[in-house]
Amino acid sequence: MLNLSLKQLSTLLESKKISSVELTREFLKRVEILNQEYNAFITVNEEMSLDQAYVADTMIASGEACPLTGIPIAHKDIFCTKGWLTTCGSKMLSNFISPYDAHVIERFNMTGTVNIGKTNMDEFAMGSSNETSFYGSVKNPWDITTVPGGSSGGSACAVAARMAPAATGTDTGGSIRQPAALCGVSGIKPTYGLVSRYGMIAFASSLDQGGAIAKSAADLALMLNVMVGFDARDSTSLQRDKEDYTRDLEKPLEGLRIGLPKEYFAEGMSDDVSRGVDAAITEYNKLGAKMVEVSLPNTKLSIPVYYVLAPAEASSNLSRFDGVRYGHRALKYADLDDMYEKSRAQGFGAEVKRRILIGTYVLSHGYYDAYYIKAQKLRRLIAQDFAEVFKQCEIVMGPTSSTVAFALGERSNDPLQMYLSDTYTAAASLAGLPGMSIPAGFGNRSRPVGLHIIGNYFSEAHMLNVAHQYQQVTDWHTRMPEITKV
Amino acid sequence: MEWEIVVGLEVHIQLLTQSKIFSGASTAFGGTPNTQACAVDIALPGVLPVLNRGAVERAIKFGLAVGAEINSPSIFARKNYFYPDLPKGYQISQYELPIVEGGRIKIQTGNDINENTKIVRLTRAHLEEDAGKSLHEDFHGMTGIDLNRAGTPLLEVVSEPDMRSSMEAVAFAKTIHSLVRWIGISDGNMEEGSFRCDANVSVRRLGDEKLGTRREIKNLNSFRFLQQAIDYEVEYQKSILENGGEVKQATVLFDSGKRETHVMRSKEDAHDYRYFPDPDLLPLEIPQDLIDKVMKSMPELPMWRYRRFIAQDVDEYRTFTEEESRIHSKHPMQLSPHLMDYGVEEVYALSKYDATMLTTDICTADYFEEVVRIVGCKNAKLCANWVIGEVAARLNQNDEDITTSPVSAEQLAELLLRICDETISGKTAKDIFGAMWHGEHGASADAIIKAKNLKQISNSDEIRGFVDTVLIENPKEVSDYCKGKEKAFNFLVGQIMKASKGKANPAQVNEILKEKLDRKKCE
Repeated sequence: MLNLSLKQLSTLLESKKISSVELTREFLKRVEILNQEYNAFITVNEEMSLDQAYVADTMIASGEACPLTGIPIAHKDIFCTKGWLTTCGSKMLSNFISPYDAHVIERFNMTGTVNIGKTNMDEFAMGSSNETSFYGSVKNPWDITTVPGGSSGGSACAVAARMAPAATGTDTGGSIRQPAALCGVSGIKPTYGLVSRYGMIAFASSLDQGGAIAKSAADLALMLNVMVGFDARDSTSLQRDKEDYTRDLEKPLEGLRIGLPKEYFAEGMSDDVSRGVDAAITEYNKLGAKMVEVSLPNTKLSIPVYYVLAPAEASSNLSRFDGVRYGHRALKYADLDDMYEKSRAQGFGAEVKRRILIGTYVLSHGYYDAYYIKAQKLRRLIAQDFAEVFKQCEIVMGPTSSTVAFALGERSNDPLQMYLSDTYTAAASLAGLPGMSIPAGFGNRSRPVGLHIIGNYFSEAHMLNVAHQYQQVTDWHTRMPEITKV
Repeated sequence: MEWEIVVGLEVHIQLLTQSKIFSGASTAFGGTPNTQACAVDIALPGVLPVLNRGAVERAIKFGLAVGAEINSPSIFARKNYFYPDLPKGYQISQYELPIVEGGRIKIQTGNDINENTKIVRLTRAHLEEDAGKSLHEDFHGMTGIDLNRAGTPLLEVVSEPDMRSSMEAVAFAKTIHSLVRWIGISDGNMEEGSFRCDANVSVRRLGDEKLGTRREIKNLNSFRFLQQAIDYEVEYQKSILENGGEVKQATVLFDSGKRETHVMRSKEDAHDYRYFPDPDLLPLEIPQDLIDKVMKSMPELPMWRYRRFIAQDVDEYRTFTEEESRIHSKHPMQLSPHLMDYGVEEVYALSKYDATMLTTDICTADYFEEVVRIVGCKNAKLCANWVIGEVAARLNQNDEDITTSPVSAEQLAELLLRICDETISGKTAKDIFGAMWHGEHGASADAIIKAKNLKQISNSDEIRGFVDTVLIENPKEVSDYCKGKEKAFNFLVGQIMKASKGKANPAQVNEILKEKLDRKKCE
């Protein structure tokens, strides 16, 4: 049951071999047992989950089932969910019960999926290890002494430990792809603008994009079928014809040109990751793809650019958390300024404060041109690099992360080292391009390696096809961490 | 020492839209606190702004009316600062690329109608959202926040420092005020805060090129306060400079009770607003067809209407407008009102005073033209007198608006037609108008004339009868008149009118009485 694909689960439900309530209970039980150790969920609410399962069973009984009806899905705690605590991993929102649903949640509700719980995450999605969460670190189920990656670490862990068949996530500089890689699962961040940001608590608005984490590319395609869609409440949401992301899964890869940016294969990548990526490339050669060496000359700039722009936007986006209308307010304060200062000092963790400071600095009078404007110009150069590369190939591949999962605490006191975790993923975010990570074997100490797949704008169906074909000839994505407790 | 006063204004105009600039909540004034604030207005986590097209159209309309450039794209930016009635911790405004750039406003300076005019250049006009309100009363040492106003669309109009007195500043503010109401983009209600001014004031030695250091007076919500605040500020700055001091740049507030300004924050405390383009909103592209559509909805502007009302004939009006266009404008809107299909070619040869009064607001001008349409152009002066006189007086008395006048333009025209065809005298007409105002006989002049038998007596035999009787009854006044006391004549006219119950045609009475008295004189 735990390793069944979304399609298989759907078939079981539709043929009434199992009810959504039974399925939901099964996963809730597993969450109850495992979450104490892994800390993948911030909120579990059995009653509310089962209510949705009953509704799903009614839908199925009356023949109104959609492809994912009745299937439990975990949602990153960044998505506002009506009636659910929605914390964004922060003390600031530790008392915030959302009065409304994010667009993404609405779409899942319409489909009749079951919310199995809200997953842990780095505070306000700022982090690459899930260690900045107010609710404590998530553990990597492959090795509980290591991090699951971040910021969607709870979602990646939940899928890897089979506490949920699939999960939503968000990606600003790599927050879906990097934890997917470190946890040995598949994750996709679609083209910027495909998934509505309405109700997704903002970190860096021009980069934030909702996406999914699941066991396989085929499952991700079904998730995107639900999540992608125009929403008039998000001005950056794109109005496009509806796509079926499963449509190209079975196409052969004969003649596919895969670009390998030389900058991705240069120094920095650890040997075990390198071996995993190389092996994957060999598989793709066997599948009929041709490798093309390409260059993304501004790759090195993506981290500095990202860490100017994302904090700049964040410093403004997080101003609304002032203790006035909702969220944490200090108990004692002398006056208005003191209330702001104390509430925010108490409500935000160190990493969030660090980024607010950086962002405030780069937007300040006298520094704006040197940092923010310059970073915007470089962002365009980075996007142009990709535009050039996609004249030579359809797909770009490389490592998702330069290393396999690192130890808890290893980088948490060294922000710069932590920021470099996003080296390979930030560029696609800055360019607004879709990116994926799929399992590609194991590195040192049996920790998963992720293969990074970047496509051109709106090429998600093709990327999923490329990933799916690989998953037809490999079984990395079906591997499960050994979990003794169950 | 001779000083020159330099004033520039920033005018915040609430735009008349049903819903807010970035959300679907209502903009109606006076609701129970926080009942007109949706998730977007209270800035819940995760919500996003969506631009209200209606606000954009109103901004374009203003831009076209002042002959400005409409920028495409224009950019929305975030102005970051913390305040409890600013829910997001930033205000969405426009900074580097505003929707409207340039433009000019003609103001009247001094009291002599249209003799002294001046052009004030506009720097820009941009769209932004209003903040909520902090309520400091009724909360026992705490502050209440009402977010009903948060997100109300504002157009901020910024002038160049072209004004040289508080009077000019007031004239500018009044012209903008009347224009935005005229083109229907704002109700201009100053009591409800729909129209607020900030004034940048400095003084310099007459003849100096360089501007003096300015101080900005914030949030003036009446023309009187605007004038008083500038006057105080000018005197204050002059006294500092005359004593060898230096004006320090500051933002000040006007205390209308004490009639003085005091510093809110100095330059050192000035906020760094950290403006940057709002990543939640795309650059605002304005297609030409939207500009064309707004252009088509533009009413004939007050300046042109004024010209038309005073012109002696159509040719004069055309010459007038063509000259004006050559001097001032670049937009076809201003270039030639004839290009616009207003369906009006009428000129009325009114006095400048009448034309000014009739063009203070568009509804009065429309009312007047509707009356003239029925009564006829050659009686335009009569129509103007009535609209400016009787109608305006009654409206003022009852604090009513011409749009809700109990006597419609058609009904007034019916009354005036009866004056023109001499069915009634002007004096009787005023009585009838009073009856109409109170709704007697369905406010129909003809019905009232008939019911009260007020038709003027123009039969000369009948009038001769009244005259004869009065002459016989008042021998003393007759003899006074014959001795050269002209005043006695008016007394006798009064007696005759009285005898006829006011219905005798006054012109005929005059004529017949004079003829009869002159005959007596000779005797």
